[in-house]
Amino acid sequence: MAKYESPRLDRPWGEVNPGGIVYESGNSVTYITGTWRSMRPVRDLEQCTQCLICWIVCPDASVTVNDGKVVGFDYDHCKGCGICAEQCPVTVKKAHAQTGKIGKVIQMVPETEFDK
Amino acid sequence: MVQSKYMPLDGANAVSQAMRQINPDVVAAYPITPQTAVVQNFSQYVADGIVNTEFVPVESEHAAMSACIGASAAGVRAMTATAANGLALMWEMLYIAAGMRLPIVMTVVNRALSSPLNIHCDHSDSMGGRDAGWIQLYAETGQEAYDNTIQAVRIAETPDLLIPVMSCQDGFITGHGVERVGILSDEAVRDFVGSYKPKYSLLDTDNPITMGAWDFTDYYFEHKRQQSEALNNAMPTIEAVGAEYAALSGRPQPILDMYGMDDAEYAIIVLSSTAGTSRAVAREWRAKGRKVGVLKPRVYRPFPAKQIAEAITNCRAVAVLDRAISFGAPQGQGPLFTDTTAALYNEGISGLQIVDYIFGLGGRDTVPAMIDSVYNDLQVIGATGERGSMVRYLGLRE
Repeated sequence: MAKYESPRLDRPWGEVNPGGIVYESGNSVTYITGTWRSMRPVRDLEQCTQCLICWIVCPDASVTVNDGKVVGFDYDHCKGCGICAEQCPVTVKKAHAQTGKIGKVIQMVPETEFDK
Repeated sequence: MVQSKYMPLDGANAVSQAMRQINPDVVAAYPITPQTAVVQNFSQYVADGIVNTEFVPVESEHAAMSACIGASAAGVRAMTATAANGLALMWEMLYIAAGMRLPIVMTVVNRALSSPLNIHCDHSDSMGGRDAGWIQLYAETGQEAYDNTIQAVRIAETPDLLIPVMSCQDGFITGHGVERVGILSDEAVRDFVGSYKPKYSLLDTDNPITMGAWDFTDYYFEHKRQQSEALNNAMPTIEAVGAEYAALSGRPQPILDMYGMDDAEYAIIVLSSTAGTSRAVAREWRAKGRKVGVLKPRVYRPFPAKQIAEAITNCRAVAVLDRAISFGAPQGQGPLFTDTTAALYNEGISGLQIVDYIFGLGGRDTVPAMIDSVYNDLQVIGATGERGSMVRYLGLRE
């Protein structure tokens, strides 16, 4: 996915592109925004009905899809906005595989619960 | 050297002649007195097929600068012209043009900012934009306006510079005043400005780029520092282009125009047309054996701090004439005074008295008798050693 190098965040002023011109196309994918999250969505893939609404509404194109089926989240770019969890139309029939709770197929969990 | 053909032209027409010879790819402009004739005449050239310019009659000055930015970003040479509230209306776009490092050339025919509504000459408009990151050139005459416009294209497009240039002249006084202006040949101007070869352009689909993108807190500061460095170091480029133009035209293009400054005890620092009035008075004083001088900066941004400080270092008293008030600055001084006094302090020069005269606001006529009074005041300051009021007014009913 990342065809280019990740952008350096430590470039001194003498080395930045004049006028802020971006020389490559489609390289926003290399800018890791996942670190901005305070909560992350987790999905019970088995109970997911593959309606693809989460994929439609995600503002960061961070719902990963393979062959027309949702497979997971792009945590490099998911900002944890929670729209997918909010819009998911499916209530779990049994305890959520990741959180163990009832609720939606997609649930938001604090980042603090995950190893960095 | 190329011989100039002399024509009776007002300042606005001098600029439209320059623009005709430059033949920019795009001109997007909106009329405002006293700039109107610049673009009106240019649009006639467009209509007559004398130029190949794509002329875009936009709905406002903000749109004019926006269109120029778009054109310049697309990789072509873009020019425009405005004044006063028109310049103010495009204020945000000035910063954008400079921040995007686009070599746009704009003529500003200096006119007072409203309100109250006044269409006549003062420098409040371009002075209001002095922090926007544009190079600012000030012309005393229609001749200088013509010369500066042509040089501006070369200055702006210098590969490592890429800073837009604002070429100013006094509204009505210069803009509407007919003088004998020497026009170079069309080929000479064409060869001098050459063609614009942008390093990057939005229309180069083989090398797609993004311009004007979002800059987060981790990069904006670095981009601004880089932009500042370019403007700080622009003077050698301005001098080099000036030297080349001087060789071509036979007309010197100094950063500072100096009259009698070698041994002046009392000097006036002033921009634009009033320098001519001042010089006429100074000549009379010199004829009577008084050592006076007139210093006229042609370049205001970047500010030639060191050169100005050096030029006045041996004076006893100096008067800065400001055709704008920097409201809220100490005692309502003008911007030229602020920059000059800062330059003196920072160059470690003390012991000379310096005062500010606000003059000519809203086109208030500035006559030789007023300049006489300035030199008289400076003599009194020199004799008594006391500065008196820091900010004074010329031609104001007090």
